[in-house]
Amino acid sequence: MISVPSFISSPADAPRSGRHAGLPPRAGVGLKPQHIPDILDERPDLGFFEVHAENYLVAGGPLHADLTCIAERYPLSIHGVGLSIGGEDPLDRDHLHALRDLLDRYRPAMFSEHLAWSSHGGVFWNDLLPVPYDLCTLNRVCAHIDQAQEALGRRILLENPATYIEFAGSTLSETDFIGELVARTGCGLLLDVNNAYVSCTNHGRDVHAYLAALPLGQVGEIHLAGFHRETDSVGDPLLIDDHGSAVDAAVWSLYAWTLERIGPQPTLIEWDNAVPDFARLFAEAARAQTCLTRADAGREVAA
Amino acid sequence: MSGQTDWCAALLDPARTVPAGLVTWNGSDPVQRFAVYRNNVTVSLMGAIADTFPVCQALLGAARFRALARAFVRDQPPRSPVLARYGAGFADFVAASHLADDWPCLPDLARLELACLDALHAGDAEPMDPATLAAVMAGPERLPALRLRLHPSLAALDSRYAVVSIWAAHQGDETPANIDPDVPESAWVLRHDRSVRVLPMAVGDVRFIAALRHGLTLGEAAALAADGADFDLTRCLTVLLREQVLTGIHDPDLRIHP
Repeated sequence: MISVPSFISSPADAPRSGRHAGLPPRAGVGLKPQHIPDILDERPDLGFFEVHAENYLVAGGPLHADLTCIAERYPLSIHGVGLSIGGEDPLDRDHLHALRDLLDRYRPAMFSEHLAWSSHGGVFWNDLLPVPYDLCTLNRVCAHIDQAQEALGRRILLENPATYIEFAGSTLSETDFIGELVARTGCGLLLDVNNAYVSCTNHGRDVHAYLAALPLGQVGEIHLAGFHRETDSVGDPLLIDDHGSAVDAAVWSLYAWTLERIGPQPTLIEWDNAVPDFARLFAEAARAQTCLTRADAGREVAA
Repeated sequence: MSGQTDWCAALLDPARTVPAGLVTWNGSDPVQRFAVYRNNVTVSLMGAIADTFPVCQALLGAARFRALARAFVRDQPPRSPVLARYGAGFADFVAASHLADDWPCLPDLARLELACLDALHAGDAEPMDPATLAAVMAGPERLPALRLRLHPSLAALDSRYAVVSIWAAHQGDETPANIDPDVPESAWVLRHDRSVRVLPMAVGDVRFIAALRHGLTLGEAAALAADGADFDLTRCLTVLLREQVLTGIHDPDLRIHP
């Protein structure tokens, strides 16, 4: 039985204020406090900015003042990193309320979270930890997504994970698991192409087959980031999703492959560690924008 | 035990065996792959502590501070996904752990640095309108009965050690001058416009803020603050006005001034 919450029938992400009608299918970047003077000075041509929700769950001060300035000038995406949707414990209702207040305050064009857990037994682990892909977990994650979409009053996007280990108890593939929860809850997919590449490399999978098996029609945003390369104990590559460098050539090529199939999508450059100056970050976004423009032109020719 | 309970037990303790039921596609060692999660958790949380306490880190040196932060993270992992207040227990931990007993000022320095972060993220409030303030001040006989409303960012603390001077000496690029740490110091911490300020004040001035925060009247707070301590009401009021951290006055004979 597929249950779809009633609010899904209204246009996805329709903001109450009508200020934003979804993210534009353009390139955006993660907002870093040290870049804000440059951004307000130069007004760079970007599709949107994205912030981590939990960084803004503070009462006031310059963080909020700056985000208000940015949100007046650009579409905003808010990305949660602490809801623990994959957790065995119930969702933290206080945290859900705090997120709702943040969404009501900024009315972002998009809210997204992760297929992962980060809290258990009252402790927050500050990492995106993996879940086994079995029916019990599927039912629990679907219930958590339903609860989150209800509490937040909007459709959310869920991000495919970067993982380093697999569970002997998994009975479903990651793509079947994601396809099923998207179908059951009506949530969208935040397709992190870097995570797809990292996970498929780490688990010896064919990344093109992986991408093709995802519910690509439900992608509402794409993430691109850099990874760090290590080697596992038998000498195979072990890639770490550290958001600490430029996007890898292999990920750019997968991104272009994906856009050929689903057309231009809002695309974020994530660069959270060893953050470069704004010009370097903007150059990375400009490269994504070139891919998006090309994909759009390709679609027009095809039409 | 549930799967995630097993994970939690193993995440912070490298000596524990990794959870059962983990597999790799190529037969590589699951312990090494689980270590990626262990590393992510511990290093990211140690980073959060290092970001909150840069002067403690500078004083202690990077290697010793890392050991202290690692011990804190293992002893007290965060309870909330909002990490802005994760360091709230750090000062007490440092004092109780005896890992930095050769730096007795360190717990108070950590309290001062936490107060700075709290001030940065404290709620916003408009300073009191000067015209309204002037009208209130026109009746000095009523001053002792007034209750002052203070900006959410304003905090006051004192220490047996020279933590205010030590903190100030680490704000620039210059090498800090020699400071005798065994001199008691007090400070107000507040946010003015976008910046956090640490203002050296007297012991009585700190008591004054604490008394006002407890809801005492101006007269009661001043009497309490002056009792056997260095206190200057004019200095305090001047700083409150100059720093725009007086946000309202409640006058029992009139009305609340916003």
